[in-house]
Formats: sequence, structure tokens, C-alpha cells
Amino acid sequence: MRKTNDLGLNKSFKFKNYLNYTVILAVLAVLMILQFTGAAGTDFNYKIMPIVIPIGVYVILALSLNMVVGFLGELSLGHAGFMCIGAFVGGKIASLLDTGDNANISVMLIALILGGLCAALFGFIVGLPALRLRGDYLAIVTLAFNMIITDVIKEIPFFAKGSNLPTPSLKDEYNYIIIFAIILITLAVIQNFARSKHGRAIMSIRDNEIAARTMGINIVKYKLTVFTISAFFAGIAGVLWSYYQPGINYEMFKYNVSIEILVMVVLGGMGSVNGSILAAALITFINNYGKFSEESFAPYRTVLYALILIIVVIYRNAPGLKGFREKYNMKDLFAKIFKKKTSQEKLEDIADKETKKSEKSDKKEQKLSNKVSKKAAKSAKNAKKEDR
Amino acid sequence: MAKYTENDRIFDENGREIVLKTEHLSISFGGLKAVNDVNLEIKKGQLYGLIGPNGAGKTTVFNLLTGIYKPTEGKIFLCGEDITGLDPIKINKAGIARTFQNIRLFSNLTVLENVMVGLSNQIKCSVAESILRLPRHSKSEKDFRKSAHELLKLFTLDEYADQLASNLPYGKQRKLEIARAMATNPTLLLLDEPAAGMNPNETQELMNDISYIRKHFDMTILLIEHDMRLVSGICEQLTVLNFGTELAKGDTSEVLNDPEVVKAYLGE
Repeated sequence: MRKTNDLGLNKSFKFKNYLNYTVILAVLAVLMILQFTGAAGTDFNYKIMPIVIPIGVYVILALSLNMVVGFLGELSLGHAGFMCIGAFVGGKIASLLDTGDNANISVMLIALILGGLCAALFGFIVGLPALRLRGDYLAIVTLAFNMIITDVIKEIPFFAKGSNLPTPSLKDEYNYIIIFAIILITLAVIQNFARSKHGRAIMSIRDNEIAARTMGINIVKYKLTVFTISAFFAGIAGVLWSYYQPGINYEMFKYNVSIEILVMVVLGGMGSVNGSILAAALITFINNYGKFSEESFAPYRTVLYALILIIVVIYRNAPGLKGFREKYNMKDLFAKIFKKKTSQEKLEDIADKETKKSEKSDKKEQKLSNKVSKKAAKSAKNAKKEDR
Repeated sequence: MAKYTENDRIFDENGREIVLKTEHLSISFGGLKAVNDVNLEIKKGQLYGLIGPNGAGKTTVFNLLTGIYKPTEGKIFLCGEDITGLDPIKINKAGIARTFQNIRLFSNLTVLENVMVGLSNQIKCSVAESILRLPRHSKSEKDFRKSAHELLKLFTLDEYADQLASNLPYGKQRKLEIARAMATNPTLLLLDEPAAGMNPNETQELMNDISYIRKHFDMTILLIEHDMRLVSGICEQLTVLNFGTELAKGDTSEVLNDPEVVKAYLGE
């Protein structure tokens, strides 16, 4: 039971809350060590970069979509549209500003911010119908947005009519550090947002919009904020993508990409930040690993991808596995490992206490009633005596 | 009735403040007049009951008062302030909080977080401050936790603080809904069938809780209920609705013995 003098108020720092940053930093450290010691061979960049960058991009995309789907509970199928805007705007700006052979950091920063802001503007606009539409209908609107964006880009000469807009690339050997920095910033912003009164407000809208409204939660403000922030990071992911590719094409941002991002979020568990990161990394790894290695793994890639999806979806939803899920869910497993009480046991504890309390009060009442009856008996005897 | 006003606030002849007043409150859905010419007058600290057969329009009155529906006719005054047609968020800020007939908790949030959502408008902290983790964020979070724990303790729910709201037993969920409504710091609390689906023990506990809230917070309460034991036990005054119109109103004992009311409930 929670001690009364410790309401968790004094514990401002909990390592558990920063575990994901630590893991990401550890991965970065491993990559750096591999590079500096030369353990991975001389062609480190050619081996690692083609996997690290897409993983980074998709981690950012999944994290940002998780805000809309997981926290706000709205289905969005247009995330690649925001990525598209970021990629073309950011890529074009970068190619205009970039003069030398190597993409320099300040140009990249400007491209990232402007690309992100443009996408955020569109995120705000797409957020407007979300105030009235819900569920499948909003999904259709966002899907339409995705299609419209790619088709519009296709017609604009400024963006090379959407086909092979040349963009600068990451030629510097340490550029994966930039990717990691952006992942960490994205994670920090989204996690800090979720773990605040605003995050709670958004999840309350997801759980029950009418109740949230009567609690005074400003639904318009929060829905638009979520769509805007989410689109901003999707735009940033787009700019990174444009750096990764030698030239960008509107076909890279078709709706199937949106659905792929959604699959990552669903696979990782909606509303789970760490789940989104893991699922995005895993799926992108599977999708890209075979492409760049000569191993025989490549043909099985799509099979493996489909298999993982099927297994996870069945595991999460099959009614036959309900008992199994409840018995072996992750939280309780961790609780067992660290020898803490599971939520079920805690509830049972409280119930036990209450029954004990009520038993006690019952006993007291019994004693009282016994006393009363004894007294009554005595007084009756006395009365009889007096009668005699 | 002789009344006088002071800074827009309305008082009755005994100097008791009138917290809620509706004038000719009506709403129609198409041709159906769901609520027709309802005039309520609830004084400070009063426990007022709104009863009537199923489909009489009681919950519709609540939805009108909280701004979920806009009245087609009539006015609503809260402490003399005209709140007719405002949206639910503004009405909540003006001081009306409610619970729901079918429980509407935030089921995937913990008990503590549910109350913290209710506190949202009491403690200020902007989005940017939260994202950048500025000092005001951590201070506000501390305040949130402290106030929420205090409130849960009053409702003897503090043991459940870390449990998901959906894991609570039914009676506690009802209690949590009231606690969450109280977190918004209302001047008027609307309870929509708080005893629905409760066993006699739980109803008794609820009655005690309601009296406790009334005393502890000096709260004005408007209550919809079917359980006559609860109504006759704690309500001071009643309004009976039937087919959207007022059938009777006045002191509880008088109203409940009114032959018209008995007829509406039991048929002829």
C-alpha cells in the first residue's frame, strides 16, 4: 500500500521514465564504438547507414502517428502526406541553399524546421475536420488528404513535378548521430507532452469525449494541437527521408506508406511510446535488411513480416487467448521479476482489507447487541424481582 | 416571491441565494417537445430532486443545463449569470459539474488520473511549459497529485489511486465519478441517477456520501433518481416531470403524496 507521507511527490526523478532515452543512447554508443574501432570493417557506412536512416525516419513517423492514433484515439491514414510535404519543402530548400558537395548542418537545420512547419500547417488544416468527424469517416478524409497532396505535388513545376527532385544527401560519416539526436528530441517532446496534464486531457478525450467536455477540457484546442505536433514531426521525418534519398519522388509517399506506419503503431500497442519505437525499428529492419545484403534472407523478408503481423494481431485480440494474455501480460511479468505486486493482487489486497474491516465492525455490533440483550435480560430479571 | 438582486446574484425573501434558476426552459427535437416550460429554482446548499417516469425528460434537462443541448426556448441562470446556450466547457468553468446515468469514466486512466483530469482547469500550465519541462510544470504536477490525493481521501478512494478506473467495483466507479465532478470545483453538482444499479448497502453508503459532500463543501445538489427511498431520505424539494412538463413541485413529502404524481408513476 502507498504510504500516506509519500505520495510520490518527492520522487521527481525515476529511472524507469528515462529508460528509453538510455537504450537509444546505448545503441548510438555501440554504433560509434563499432565505427571508431573499425570492428565493423571499412565499409561501415555502406553497411549500416542504409538501415539506420530508414529506421530513424520510421521511428519518428511511428512516434508522431502514435500521438493521433494512440493518445487521441483518432484513426489517421494520411501520415505519409505530411511526410511528403516535409520531404519536398525541406528537400527543395536544402537543395537551393546547399552549395558545396557536403550537406552542411545549418542548411539541414533550416530545411528540417521549415519542412516541419509547413507540414504542421497542413496538420492544423487536416485537424479541422477531425473536430466533427470520427472513426472511419476521419480515416477517409485523411486518406483523401494523402492522395490529394501527392497529386498536387505531381503538378507543381517548383518541385520538379514530383519526380526525382534532386536533394542533397548525408555524406558525412557521422551523420547517423544527427538522426539519433532528432529521434531523441522527438521522443522527448512527445513523451513530455503525454506525461503532463495535456496528455491526460487528450487521453480523456479518447476515453470519453462527452465526459471530457463536461469536465471543462477544451477539445478543439487539444485536437488541433495533437494534429499539428504530429504533422510537424512527420514533416521532419520527410526532410530526413529527402536527405537519405538522392532524389525524391511523389510515389514514395503514397497511402500504402501511411498504412505501413499505422501498422507499426498498432503492432507496438496503441498509446505505447516504447512499443512504437520497437515496432518501427523491427519492421523497418525486416523491410530493409535483405535489400542491402547478399544473404539468402531476402526472399523470406515479406513472409516474415506478414507472419509477425498475424501472430501479434492474433495474440492481442483472439478471444481464445484471453486467459493466457491475462496470466502472462507484460506488466505482471515485470512485476514478478522485480517481486512487486501485480495490479490484480493489489486489488485483492484492498478487497481483503475491506472484508476484514466489515468483519470487525460486525463483531463490534455483535458485542454491542450481546451487551444490550444481557442488559435487557438483567433489567427484566430486576423487574420480575420488583414484581415479587 | 419577493426577490432582490445584488451584483447580478439573486436572493429569495429570506436572503438565501438562488444558485440555479431556469425560466420556461424548453427543447424540441423535430416535432417532439422533450422538455416544455420547466422552471427550476434551487437555493444555495439545497438538495433538490428531479423525478419522473422513464422518458419524462429528466436527463434532457441535465443535458440542457450542462450545455450538451441548446434550449430552443427559455433561459438558464447560474448565480444570476445567464449561461443559456454556452458550450459545456464554459458552463463547467462557470460552476456546473455533473455525473452520468451510464458511467462515463476515463476507463484507461487510473483513478488518480481521472481526478487529475477534473482538476485540469484549476491548475495552470501551458503546453510549451510541459514539453520543455520548465519549473512550472513540475510544480503544477505536484499540485495536481496533492489535490487529487486529498480529494480521493475524502471519498475513501485513495487506496485505489493507482488502479485503472475500469477495474473498480461498480459502486466505487459511481463514487469516483462524483469525486471527479467535485474536482472541477463546482457551485452546483448534478447527479444523474447515482443509485442506479446499486444494492441497498451501496445506496445507503451513497446517501451518506451525498450528505457528507453537502456539508463538507456546502454544495448545492440537483439529483435525478428513481430510488424513492433515497429521494424521500435526502431530498428537500422535488420537481416531478412527466412528458417533458412539470407535474408537481414543492416539498418532498407533499409532492410524493400528490395523487397526480402517484398516477403518473403507477398508472390509474
